[in-house]
Amino acid sequence: MIEELIISGRMNPEIDPHLHAWPWYVPTDLFLAALVAGILIFSAFLTLHGRENEFPAAVKRAPILAPFLLGIALLLLFLDLSHKLYFWQLYTNIRWTSPLSWGAWTYLFLTPLAFIWAAIHIKTAFPNWTWPYKWIDTFIESLKGYRIWFAWAILGLSLTLGMYTGILLSAFNARPIWNSAIIGPLFLTSGLTSATAFILLNCPKGSNEKKLFCTVSLISLGVQTFLMIHLVMGYLSSDLAQVKAADLFLGGEFTTLFWILIVALGTLIPAYLHILYLKNIKIPVIVPSILIILGGFFLRYILVEAGQISHW
Amino acid sequence: MRYAMAIDTKKCVGCSDCVVACQTENNVPIGYCRDWVVEATSGTYPDLSMELRSERCNHCTNAPCVRCCPTEASHIVEGGIVLVDPDQCIGCKACIASCPYDARFVHPEGYVDKCTFCIHKVEKGEDPACVEVCPTKCMYFGDTDDPNSDISKLLKKRKWKTLIPEAGTEPNIYYLI
Repeated sequence: MIEELIISGRMNPEIDPHLHAWPWYVPTDLFLAALVAGILIFSAFLTLHGRENEFPAAVKRAPILAPFLLGIALLLLFLDLSHKLYFWQLYTNIRWTSPLSWGAWTYLFLTPLAFIWAAIHIKTAFPNWTWPYKWIDTFIESLKGYRIWFAWAILGLSLTLGMYTGILLSAFNARPIWNSAIIGPLFLTSGLTSATAFILLNCPKGSNEKKLFCTVSLISLGVQTFLMIHLVMGYLSSDLAQVKAADLFLGGEFTTLFWILIVALGTLIPAYLHILYLKNIKIPVIVPSILIILGGFFLRYILVEAGQISHW
Repeated sequence: MRYAMAIDTKKCVGCSDCVVACQTENNVPIGYCRDWVVEATSGTYPDLSMELRSERCNHCTNAPCVRCCPTEASHIVEGGIVLVDPDQCIGCKACIASCPYDARFVHPEGYVDKCTFCIHKVEKGEDPACVEVCPTKCMYFGDTDDPNSDISKLLKKRKWKTLIPEAGTEPNIYYLI
């Protein structure tokens, strides 16, 4: 047994007694970014397959909110900086070894595209919508001709953004909970799952789109569960630091939160409700949708918190 | 050139003079530490052994803090010393999260701060403040690329260890055991 004590009285804020450098801003930013990535992936993917009219909620309605959610995510990222006036330094460097750097650049390119994408589709969501100036209307109409190009760019950037939200954490070898290659695909899948829930909230009652997205949501929840099982298996089959880190979810201080908020309320119950809905049992889709979205948020919140506590 | 520090755990008495010297020399804000002293006890009573270690940034050769910095604020200068440029640091705290030694902190002015090996003294050919002030002379500083330096000879002669070698950071603080 080894017991280590700092006898010179170190109590650096945010570092001692354990790391707490990233407060709720960071998991919320990661969640919103992944949600937006998921929404835009579905919208762009269906556009590229020419199925815009079959899936109006996914392609046209859901992306309307995407740029605003992305704006909130960027604001939270900014609020988390402790040297805020120097934030522009992010855009004077391209650092390929830094996930935060390519995340920042992805935000920079995706945000205007998300606004353009929303502007292109706003008249479908709000048929009475009119732009204050005629030239804006003409400009937006002219952009519609390039929507396939926009869709390709949005698809690529959204996949990068969704993956980035996980890779940001998994790049930190110093924190055993985060040091897993599965976190990137897990966060991307979770973003897609949250996006299906968001799209379901936008689907008209009894539409075919609603049924189809219920199925997609169910499949996505299945993939997410598969990845979560492998994440825990990865911890348990790794070195002592990761085995101890896994204890945080398997008997340690995050056990209740992890199993109730993420596994039960965020995954199993909504999956069960989706199955009931697909069997034509009357289920208000708002319930599983909200549970999935909250589950996606808590997945990131708990992993960010637990990661900061875990150490070598 | 590769600057490194060797700390003799057999001679360290845990007086914390190195901590106070660093705070004074570098004007470290009150309540913050760039270095600290750890008392590590191992074994089971009555077979116990104790080790005292003065710890700080390990100025790693494979520094994760430098790799993950999005603005190049964290960088390595000649001699392998890892520094933070306050005018480039945005305070994203990625470097803090990436450091397995928890050696960094956010300075009250917003940028990330840590041990600099007292580079302003080293450039003048002096030792870092912690090394200069140690009353038991348990700390050694020098160039490990020079086979004739005192630290190189010491590392050849004595058994040593580094902290958390499994993290793969190739630290440049050696503990003589």
